Amino acid sequence: MGRQATRVTVNGKAYARVVDARLTLADFLRHELNFTGTHLGCEHGVCGACTVLVDGHSARSCLMFAVQTNDCEVTTVEGLAPDGKLSVLQQAFMDNHGLQCGFCTPGMLITLTELLRDNPEPNEQDVREALTGNLCRCTGYAGIVRAALDAAQRLRGAAES
Amino acid sequence: MKPAPFDYHAPRQLKEATELLAKLPNAKILAGGQSLVPMMNFRYVIADHLVDLGGLQELRGITVADDRLRIGAMTRQRDLEFSADIAKHCPLMTEALRHIGHRQTRNRGTIGGSLAHADPAAELPAICAAHDATIHVASVRGVREIRFRDFATGFMTTALQPDEVVAAVELPIWPAGHGHGFHEFARRHGDFALAGSAALLDVGPDNIVRKAALTLFGVAASPLRVDAAEARLTGQPLDANAIRTAAASAWLIEPISDIHASGEYRRHLAQVLSLRALNDAARRAGMQA
Amino acid sequence: MGVKQFGARVTRLEDPALLSGRGRFVDDVKLPGTLHACFVRSPHAHAKLLGFDSEATLAMSGVHAVITAEDLPEPMRHDPLPLLLPNPALVARTQLALARDEVCYVGQAVAVVVADTRYVAEDAAAALIPRYEVLPAASDCRAAAAESAPHSHSDLSSNVASTFRLNYGGVEGAFTGAAHVFKEELWQHRGGGMAMETRAVLAHHDTLSDLLTVWSGTQTPHIGRRTLADLLGRDLESIRMIAPDVGGGFGPKAIFYPEEAVIPAVALKLGRPVKWIEDRREHFLSATQERDQYWQMEIAVDAEGKVLGIRGRMLHDSGAFVPWGIIMPYIAASTVPGPYVIPSFDLETQVVLTNKVPTTPVRGAGRPQAVFAMERLLDRVARELKLDRAEVRRRNLIQPEQMPYEVGLIFRDGKPLVYDSGDYPHGQKKALELAEYQSFRERQKAALDQGRFIGIGFANYVEGTGIGPFEGVTVRVLPNGKVAVATGATNQGQGTRTTLSQIIAEQVGCRLEHVLMTIGDTGAISQGVGAFASRQAVNAGSSALLAGQAVRAQLIALAARTLGLPEADFDLEDGRAVAKRGNKPSISFGELARLAQGIPGVCFPAGQAAGIEHTAYYTPSQAAYCSGTHVAEVQVDAMTGGVKVIKYTVTHDVGRVINPLIVDGQVQGGVAHGIGNALLEWMQYDDNGQPLTTSFADYMLPMATDVPTCNITHIETVNPFNPLGVKGAGEGGTIPAPAAIISAIEDALSPFGVHFAETPLTPERIVATLRAAGAYDRLLTA
Repeated sequence: MGRQATRVTVNGKAYARVVDARLTLADFLRHELNFTGTHLGCEHGVCGACTVLVDGHSARSCLMFAVQTNDCEVTTVEGLAPDGKLSVLQQAFMDNHGLQCGFCTPGMLITLTELLRDNPEPNEQDVREALTGNLCRCTGYAGIVRAALDAAQRLRGAAES
Repeated sequence: MKPAPFDYHAPRQLKEATELLAKLPNAKILAGGQSLVPMMNFRYVIADHLVDLGGLQELRGITVADDRLRIGAMTRQRDLEFSADIAKHCPLMTEALRHIGHRQTRNRGTIGGSLAHADPAAELPAICAAHDATIHVASVRGVREIRFRDFATGFMTTALQPDEVVAAVELPIWPAGHGHGFHEFARRHGDFALAGSAALLDVGPDNIVRKAALTLFGVAASPLRVDAAEARLTGQPLDANAIRTAAASAWLIEPISDIHASGEYRRHLAQVLSLRALNDAARRAGMQA
Repeated sequence: MGVKQFGARVTRLEDPALLSGRGRFVDDVKLPGTLHACFVRSPHAHAKLLGFDSEATLAMSGVHAVITAEDLPEPMRHDPLPLLLPNPALVARTQLALARDEVCYVGQAVAVVVADTRYVAEDAAAALIPRYEVLPAASDCRAAAAESAPHSHSDLSSNVASTFRLNYGGVEGAFTGAAHVFKEELWQHRGGGMAMETRAVLAHHDTLSDLLTVWSGTQTPHIGRRTLADLLGRDLESIRMIAPDVGGGFGPKAIFYPEEAVIPAVALKLGRPVKWIEDRREHFLSATQERDQYWQMEIAVDAEGKVLGIRGRMLHDSGAFVPWGIIMPYIAASTVPGPYVIPSFDLETQVVLTNKVPTTPVRGAGRPQAVFAMERLLDRVARELKLDRAEVRRRNLIQPEQMPYEVGLIFRDGKPLVYDSGDYPHGQKKALELAEYQSFRERQKAALDQGRFIGIGFANYVEGTGIGPFEGVTVRVLPNGKVAVATGATNQGQGTRTTLSQIIAEQVGCRLEHVLMTIGDTGAISQGVGAFASRQAVNAGSSALLAGQAVRAQLIALAARTLGLPEADFDLEDGRAVAKRGNKPSISFGELARLAQGIPGVCFPAGQAAGIEHTAYYTPSQAAYCSGTHVAEVQVDAMTGGVKVIKYTVTHDVGRVINPLIVDGQVQGGVAHGIGNALLEWMQYDDNGQPLTTSFADYMLPMATDVPTCNITHIETVNPFNPLGVKGAGEGGTIPAPAAIISAIEDALSPFGVHFAETPLTPERIVATLRAAGAYDRLLTA
């Protein structure tokens, strides 16, 4: 049933593929394009490990089909620091122990990338509420929240100078 | 948890979409996908065809005309959340939206999808019930209008025919200065409400209630207008006693029981949350004393 | 000596790859020709398995095989998975790799379908209809313990798998004539480990070398490898098991699962790599959990609240099989005395089989339940005797001068329970000071005046960590000067690579980034145990120290011989052996490594061994006892029953701290899990053993809005028994959290005099309890 052509830009590069209609965006990214940084933790839209940006907005890639992203732009964790250096947010995670096993981390980074872009001065409650769509079992969230606030401050500092 | 196979269709216009729905067997509509796709991944839902409405620009948008707010069915919850028109004309919806799922769900989820899915604990159907909204439904047979009271027919069931699609929602706007209150109780931030209450009060300068709407959700199969509470309030002076009695009539409902909450507890929450919602609405409506 | 690493807040070596999406979890390992598996699982809690109709499935395009028990090789076709921790007091019952005649829990694997993709495999699995004859199921463990209960296994006439008793001190005497005796009935439920990454197995048989390589998301690859060797009847050396990046463990990934036997067997049979990635629904059905314990406890105290004795009974839900023996209920029972002087003790435990997925340790491993029982009893004493809760504990805490303290019981490691070190009164005092416990009453009153109910609660615990038998570390200096390390320790997020690298780099005098570590690979080191029971810092850390010290000595000895200078002159810095005299002659590690390789045909000088390397297997003589005090502040909405944890304070004694960043992270993460246990997590089943909570929508994990940032203070009482002086840190955050939180909720609602003795404590339960106490007669008229 249902093979479909689709053309989607991922991390700035266009990919044209013919795929099964039911192939989820997450599986498309992981196995068709080999961007294995996006992870699957539940496949029912709760844990957020699969979060990517679709046309700039965070979305659960386990709840989308690759064919839905025809003509869309998708950003995965691999696209957050394309020049090989850790981004400000990624470095803040490292400095603040914002990850342990790393499985939820790509989703966290995507969600926080969106938050910091839309709200450059979040307070702690803003950060925590923004993160409720991403579950972490390892860290207890403290390091992630610290990292987000730290990154926000660093980005504001860079913007001002 | 991979879905069963299906054929995918991405119509560009409503006319094309309704024709597809009329002719394809076992077809499901893909709107935001936040409720449908999990069920497909669990294989609780097996669809042979998926009709994706994501390309239908004509179903998006928020307009205000003649004291009515008209919202296209495919308008994303995120766009509702940040809409100045909604904030001005339907502040109840703006407040309710903060409780719907998480950022990711609101980025994709739509108002039409939420209405068609008809989860008993969903906020948007409750807001539509509170406002006596009219649902505009399209098919190859044309467009028909259904009052919300007639649209929600039962547990996750609506008056939609298998080949019909929600095209738009129209909400009558309440008078400027009306008060709104919204309270729900969920276990965690963004979870489905175990119970919720939405209150609207239009109060005259004489402190007499001109119009009242008290809507419970999460407690019954569909959003419930508490007629007894509204009757108690309408045409009467608004004071703490009136509010308390009105909230207490939430006790009269027949609530559902499931693994998340017993009927008893839901009944209790309905009363507590109604009191809070009415108090907020009264305060915002400028209740005297 | 190298740069001071031990005790430093070093950022983790693991992070750059994980942050940029370059982690390598099992599903990220791609081998050409891989086929994908989907298990067919029993929908019934208890049934006879009659047979399969697999023609329709085999005919489907893309399907390569349908494997049932009959298709498995011996001995695994007939021999059940081994019982890793046998005990004479236990009716040993473990699973077959694939069920043959009977299934005993919803989710038990009966067949596996192998196809081109997981999508097709699921289509095929849905088409395979096994035939069952449904049997009565034992669900609630209390009902299952009764003689008339349905048999959880049709050939076992009783569901009681084990009854054991822990006692000392003659408790009868303590209770007769005691000034006060109080009874408590407690129920606790723990739920699952719920790592974000589900289980995963990839197996590949290389026919040229006959090496079977298995990647598994396991905490224990060495145990897995030898278990698999037994089940397949293969030489140990013909199997290599690798635990790559693993997305969280928390206990359930420590045991050996049927899937870890079946997937390799299928790969051998089909001659192609086979991959199985568990989905979340399967995880809810078939990954092990901890579940219900029912406690009936009594405490006898004198007029001053000093404990004279504790006695009681505990019922433990084991699930349908006992893959980890009775370790967990045993740990629970032996943890009850905790940091208190308990002169007499008597606890009888019944371990009951039910038709549900087996229970095995989940972070805390039975200790949260024990601490909950003990702390609720002490709170009860305080309330009844009108004493402050802290004062009751002060009167009963073991004093530091009593260390080492013999409790009077045998611990799960087979050794007498002897607390080696710790200052419990200091820990409690410090925690209460930091939490501003003394002034809390004022804050509570001010809140009450505003109509808000806030409460404070705290709990103490002792945890036996660092248990044996061993964990090994090999340190080897390479010809390019870098230092290769191999260990049987594994990593599911606890930063094993970083902490061990810190220890080794400091000993050997090299840069942290020049330590090349292989973790969790049976091909790299011959003996291993793995991660569970907070044991790696003690075991692998000590081995890293010992191996590092040995390599340090070899480097210095060879440098001294080569440069003709005394050994005492030498220091190791940044990859060189440097003599601290004159013009500081030095020689690089790389050159030394090459010298130690020798020249073909030429004899070594006396005293020179081959290579610069050492393997150490530290074996602890007993567990290392860490301890702590948690103080929780909560706000309760008395109308809805909603609870928010608003402040959380921890004092924590893990001995010497290798990396405070990592230890704090373990505590914070552990507390989050504890909050989940206290308020949210509940794996529910119906009376027929059907699981009711099988997704993250129904089973609630704490979110970022549920867990405050903890205020964590370390108290270092050095462990005298291991060379590092460390104790384990992985579970301490979870263990006392439910006790502290429930105590705080009770404190918040003290105007109503209500009492709680269960976890998870739901808002609905709080409301029902308040209603029964007449609270709403007062509140709703306000």
